[in-house]
Amino acid sequence: MEQKTKINAEEGKQELVITREFDLPLELLFKAYTDPGIVEQWMGTKVLKLESKKHGSYQFETTDAKGNKYGFNGVIHEFIPNQKITKTFEMDHTPFDVQLEFYEFEQLTDDTSKLTMHVLYRSVALRDQMLQLPFAKGINMAHNRLQDIVSKLK
Amino acid sequence: MNLRRDVFQALADPTRRAILLLVASQAMTAGAIAANFDTARPTVSKHLQILTECELLEQEQNGREIYYHINAKKMKEVADFIEPFRKMWDDRFNKLETIMKKYKTKN
Repeated sequence: MEQKTKINAEEGKQELVITREFDLPLELLFKAYTDPGIVEQWMGTKVLKLESKKHGSYQFETTDAKGNKYGFNGVIHEFIPNQKITKTFEMDHTPFDVQLEFYEFEQLTDDTSKLTMHVLYRSVALRDQMLQLPFAKGINMAHNRLQDIVSKLK
Repeated sequence: MNLRRDVFQALADPTRRAILLLVASQAMTAGAIAANFDTARPTVSKHLQILTECELLEQEQNGREIYYHINAKKMKEVADFIEPFRKMWDDRFNKLETIMKKYKTKN
């Protein structure tokens, strides 16, 4: 089966490209990025602020299962409806430097559209670290599950 | 269509990891695989089913027997540290798509 979401991360580069085709008209895809209530639903985060305009800014806050809060913020540099959003992304209270994100929205047919997300990091090392975060989480989850099973055996 | 299983969930089980190691060197039938374990045959079958569903194992019909062999491509994909990152975005985008499809019919 063809993968709908593709990641292109060339070795030794401080950038990556994420592409995805949607069974959605372009306007609906774009709306999913600008309507705070909708962003909250699919990102699983609280939207404290989202100013979808040039020189606007945004602030998100995510709460995990343990009640820990994680903040994200950024500034919108360019905003062209149904076409392009350029913004920065930064995690609050982490040593990770800000990243620059280019979102390009394209119409494929009346009912399908495509998103190209181009992300630039400060260094190759930082990009690789960000790529590995979900991997580390996956390994931890697998490990925790094993520990759960072992503890039940006692 | 079966829902694709989480590969990490599949790999979290020690018996399933042992099965993958066993089949890595040569294709084997379910019976031959089960002979290597103390676990009951249906339990081994269930493990094989899970490994096949998440595409870590592939089945091949050879006469009347079904042989299991490693799907090297998938194993490589899992070993590739980018896959969980891709899956995270894929899950997110799938959610976006579902929400917007509902939104479309509502409005």
